Amino acid sequence: MAEIVIRNLRKEYGSFTAVQSSSFRIEDGEFFMLLGPSGCGKTTTLRMIAGLEIPTSGEVWIDGEEVGRKPASQRDIAFVFQMFALYPHMNVRRNIAYPLVSEGLPRAEVSRRVTEVARILGIEDMLERPVGGLSGGDRQRVALGRAIVRNPKCFLMDEPLGALDAEFREHMAEELRALHDRMGATTVYVTHDQLEAMQMGDKIVVMNHGVVEQFGTPQDIYDKPATMFVADFIGAPPMNFLRFHGAVEAGATDVSLHHQALPVPALCEPFDGDMVYGVRPEHVHISDGAGYRAEVLASEYLGTTQIVTLATPNGEIKARIPSDQPARMGETVGLTFNGATVTLFDRQSGRALRSDLNEGVLSHG
Amino acid sequence: MSTASVTGPSARLKWIAGVLVVVYALITLMPLLWIMATGFKTSSDAIAYPPKVLFEPSLEGYVNLFTTQTRQVAGQVSTPETWYERIVHDKGMVITGPSRYGERFMNSVIIGFGSTFLSVFLGTLAAYAFSRYRVPLKDDLMFFILSTRMMPPIAVAIPIFLMFRSLGLSDTHAGMILLYTAVNLSLAVWLLKGFIDEIPREYEEAALIDGYTRFQAFRKVVLPQAATGIASTAIFCLIFAWNEYAFAVLLTSGTAQTAPPFIPTIIGVGGRDWPAVAAGATIFLMPVMVFTILLRKHLLRGITFGAVRK
Repeated sequence: MAEIVIRNLRKEYGSFTAVQSSSFRIEDGEFFMLLGPSGCGKTTTLRMIAGLEIPTSGEVWIDGEEVGRKPASQRDIAFVFQMFALYPHMNVRRNIAYPLVSEGLPRAEVSRRVTEVARILGIEDMLERPVGGLSGGDRQRVALGRAIVRNPKCFLMDEPLGALDAEFREHMAEELRALHDRMGATTVYVTHDQLEAMQMGDKIVVMNHGVVEQFGTPQDIYDKPATMFVADFIGAPPMNFLRFHGAVEAGATDVSLHHQALPVPALCEPFDGDMVYGVRPEHVHISDGAGYRAEVLASEYLGTTQIVTLATPNGEIKARIPSDQPARMGETVGLTFNGATVTLFDRQSGRALRSDLNEGVLSHG
Repeated sequence: MSTASVTGPSARLKWIAGVLVVVYALITLMPLLWIMATGFKTSSDAIAYPPKVLFEPSLEGYVNLFTTQTRQVAGQVSTPETWYERIVHDKGMVITGPSRYGERFMNSVIIGFGSTFLSVFLGTLAAYAFSRYRVPLKDDLMFFILSTRMMPPIAVAIPIFLMFRSLGLSDTHAGMILLYTAVNLSLAVWLLKGFIDEIPREYEEAALIDGYTRFQAFRKVVLPQAATGIASTAIFCLIFAWNEYAFAVLLTSGTAQTAPPFIPTIIGVGGRDWPAVAAGATIFLMPVMVFTILLRKHLLRGITFGAVRK
């Protein structure tokens, strides 16, 4: 098992830059998520760690060794593909045994380890079956079997649940996480599904346009987004953005929107210009007496909660409130915000302003 | 009506289609069946008018095909010992030795299969490279390869004839194999590239990560999956090389002559010997027929290739 360190990793295809000097560290035994929209460079980053792409510049360290230029076969890693990539002309047993055969292990040893892995994954009864007839979930189990059978330094997974249907995905996600907890292997997992990333990851890297936007635990990423992109990409519905113009001093604990003072965590830097007041839907409350007014546009019923869409003087906003709280369309209501959870952004650059909330997180991101 | 589907053809349409297929099959198979039948006729039955559909089968044509004969001279007549000697004897001829048909047929086998193997072997390697690597000027190169097929090969017969003569390749097996390979290679590269493009790269990448070299990944993962493509490409290459007539007439005469230019020359030996010609044609058809029937599933896939995504 190993620690993986990425330093200033960069990949260009001709004039197109897929990954721009990314740097992050994956601790030994961590379940690490590379998250971002399609085309953000997350898969390219993973493939550079695997050795399927050669970086244009930068370093990849696995277990204290710089492997950026080494072929994949010498990195002692395992890769799980989205479309499984099981060898279609071999049965389940031969698929799982294939990495061991390449190492030239004796037959008895190969057979013993394949059986052991099949037992862990609960696929002993299908070892002799051709892979063609297996269901998506079973194929994924076989692909995992092929990955873990060799006991590699780390697992790299490229949207391994992407090809499964929604119901089964949930189940496999739990299974994967349980498998990771049992084996304690460093795992790098690429996904575009923020829920999956939050649910399974110890740490998350959020990428966009080849740039690392933020790097941290799921809680930090959700509560203390470093950029407007992260705030918007994570969460369903995403963080609300109220746009306004103004000036704030360091140490200020409120900002003025539409002549109302709205609370913010104590700021650590002054700012003057176009700003965005970012607040998660669950931290928006409807309260009749509040001075900041908004009109109810729509309500989506979700069982225990409802998502209410409101028009404010600073743009549209969504609030997640208990479903028993009345919110009639067309009604004008007052809004209060949970100030300690608010993030202020520089609207131009999308960067979060430093405050008591995110001070510790932004400094190392 | 319960089983009738909205999109599928109706029973009546299927019936009409069936009849059409049978009629078409009869039309295309008739000449072949006639040739095969003629091979078993006697010389007089072969040219009988009205044509004989029912006749007494004879192996005269096959014996004539494989032997050279001369007229019996009084005093030198030996008693026939074998069945084929008897057939010849009855016509007042004696066998003087084997004909060159066997040799010519072997030439066809060597040149046909040799060039097919080379085309498919080189074609697979080239197609793999074009499919997987970032080859500079890839599109231009692919077009250049295709452009070699844009004119009929026989259009360059004279330059090739001159080149072969000065290189000493005229009437050699190597020369003919080289020529047919050159003609077939473009087809092989294009067909195989399509097939290899269809094989997801992930299979090779999985093998690379599993500890195999690029070449091992190619041999153990890509090749087995490209088998269908390779088989159908091989059929197309073989059919061309096997049937090719014009270059064979032009560039071969003795040692490397293939069967197609040889068969018509049988006509001239001892009158119009149609049964022998038909026998030669029948035997000549066999290898391609067997090869095609064995691999017909792949062939169909090759023809409809690209039309339907799996």
